[in-house]
Amino acid sequence: MEANQATPVKYDMEVVRWFTIAAAIYACVGTLIGVYVASELAWPFLNFDLAEISFGRLRPLHTNAVIFAFGGCALMATGFYIVQRTGATKLWSNGLAWATFIGWNLIIVSAVITLPLGWTSGKEYAELEWPIDIAIAVVWLMYGFNYIMTIGIRKTSHIYVSNWFTMGMIVMITYLHVVNSMAIPVSLTNSFSIYSGVQDAMIQWWWGHNAVGFYLTGGFLAIMYYFVPKQAGRPVFSYRLSVLHFWALTFGYVWLGAHHLQYTALPDWTGSLGAAVSLAMIIPSWGGAMNGMMTLSGAWDRLRTDYILRFLVVALAFYAMSTFEGPVMSIKTVNALSHYTDWTVGHVHSGALGWMAMVAYGAMYHMVKKLWGVEKMYSEGLVNVHFWLATIGTVVYVVAMWVSGIMQGLMWRDYDEYGTLTYTFVESVSAMHPYYAMRAIGGLIFNIGTWIALYNIVMTVRTASAARSASAVPANA
Amino acid sequence: MSDHDKIYSTQLQDKTERSTLLMFVLTAIAVAIGGIVEIVPLFYLPNTAMCQNDPTCNNTQHKDLNGNVIPMDKIIWNPETSAHKTLDDWQPGDGVRPYKALELAGRNVYIREGCFLCHSQMIRPFRDEKDRYGHYSIAEESMYDHTYQWGSKRTGPDLARLAGKYSDEWHRRHLMYPRDVVPESVMPNYFWLNDKKVDVAETVETMKVLTIMPFNPVPKTIYTDEYIAAAPAELEGKTDMDALIAYLQSMGNHVKFEEGVNYRD
Repeated sequence: MEANQATPVKYDMEVVRWFTIAAAIYACVGTLIGVYVASELAWPFLNFDLAEISFGRLRPLHTNAVIFAFGGCALMATGFYIVQRTGATKLWSNGLAWATFIGWNLIIVSAVITLPLGWTSGKEYAELEWPIDIAIAVVWLMYGFNYIMTIGIRKTSHIYVSNWFTMGMIVMITYLHVVNSMAIPVSLTNSFSIYSGVQDAMIQWWWGHNAVGFYLTGGFLAIMYYFVPKQAGRPVFSYRLSVLHFWALTFGYVWLGAHHLQYTALPDWTGSLGAAVSLAMIIPSWGGAMNGMMTLSGAWDRLRTDYILRFLVVALAFYAMSTFEGPVMSIKTVNALSHYTDWTVGHVHSGALGWMAMVAYGAMYHMVKKLWGVEKMYSEGLVNVHFWLATIGTVVYVVAMWVSGIMQGLMWRDYDEYGTLTYTFVESVSAMHPYYAMRAIGGLIFNIGTWIALYNIVMTVRTASAARSASAVPANA
Repeated sequence: MSDHDKIYSTQLQDKTERSTLLMFVLTAIAVAIGGIVEIVPLFYLPNTAMCQNDPTCNNTQHKDLNGNVIPMDKIIWNPETSAHKTLDDWQPGDGVRPYKALELAGRNVYIREGCFLCHSQMIRPFRDEKDRYGHYSIAEESMYDHTYQWGSKRTGPDLARLAGKYSDEWHRRHLMYPRDVVPESVMPNYFWLNDKKVDVAETVETMKVLTIMPFNPVPKTIYTDEYIAAAPAELEGKTDMDALIAYLQSMGNHVKFEEGVNYRD
């Protein structure tokens, strides 16, 4: 996948290093906030009667921190890494990449300030207010333009598959962000969507599901298609399968958003269409997951010794699981039960923790070693500890939400022998308590793993830097 | 023939993979189609409550039990044809209306505090939801909700038909200290809303902005200049708590639903 060069290319990797460290830090912070908001649901006194940390204001900070801070920095780190190495070229503009790094981090800082103050547009996963939305558009286009121009100046003949997925993400996120964020401001800190009711709902979930589809799936599939073969030391199992995977997802994923609005005031045809295409998406999604898994054919024994490969393989397993679960939940009869319950939250986290975070960490460990030129992490054993904490934490979280989500749905619709509702709503709330506690513990286990990863990465960097300056001193002397 | 010239897929695919521009253009087209097919019709089809400049709302026809079309002004309040001519005269059952000044201020509080993250405002057409919450929601009921608030999660119950279910005093006590009223509740305490005065300037500005929306704006015959001019006096001395309660008490009693009528198509 990389061209053989007589003289090795000098890549622009400093910005990639910074994005990687930023991602490792935001993962700790984002999941820590997640643990806190989860705990607020289990033990409401944790709201401490402070507006700024009440659940309704802190929860958007959690989602923004993990999706846009951790996810975004991981995507930009791996993206700038992959596009250079697969094209055997430097970035089109290193300066623009640095501006992207600074801009993206300023946006994250502004989210940390504004969301607890209650400055929100009131759209799930697009809560940031209009001045920040404009900044996001500018920085995103800077990233996208630089990325595509770098593909344009590649030295290789073909564009590598990872870059197709990233290009799809860049285009789609631009569409989504611009259309969904259309609002008229009433002040610097408040604005209202130009759409209302049915149209606003459809556009919101077109955004919501495709942020999942193109950012959290497409962008991370780009990671998968580069780092799984690299780490396994084998070519992608099937080139044709990756062509199919890419075009089917790119064309098909866009249709799925409507399945979030089954049985609402949205016309039935729209939700049904969304669900039908959702079911069809199982095929390319599983094709892609198989493509990643089969890349390990003949190298499976390395799972015993290669902890990074473990992250990547378990991520693929969760990808396959979530892309099966999602379509099932979009079926009308299932959705009638699952919608509005914590099953949805469980589904999101099996994707976000199991797939997205796992594949990102696999890539980050791989990159850290290459970027700082070391053979091993500071502690390979800690990579393994992180792997198990991440896996166990995810499973505990997801199982708690599956069980309790289905229980919730069944309690709400249950009738007694006199034909009246068996349970009051609040009985379902108190029945959730043990599961909310279990979920917070699962999240905490995952969160501890992220701190271990941060420690391991920082120590690796420090050791590498110390070794470099030690070897540099005699040369200068 | 070198390895790089060999075509492993189709000629078009190979050509696309060699051209940044072609890859970009084809991708940009492929990702646009689904959204266009699902979203654009919602601005032109009936039963989507797209009612601006068109009192029939793209020819929406709800039929009563005798098969006669229910006039749209029975669903959506029209001050010209209604017996009640102003927002202050409006009575429950007159049809969907925009929010009054205080309710609008309360809606801003609702959005600011992220209530939609735990409470839905969208009742689905199931027996248990009817028994628990009331008649299923219809598109027209959220047509003035710029930034819709349907929600996606019920950590707490649906609120779409909350109007009149509890007294103002119950709401005040419950919002201040939820566990004093409902011991199992996990809702945060919001007693501090009592200490915050309503943001008058922002509420007035919100009303003005709602009248200039490109889709489903509030008619200027409802948010009249006089109504907006009178709003500051209306909001004077009110707290965020008063406003939020007014909003909660306005939800879901606009339309008089008839038993057995299908309002969904």
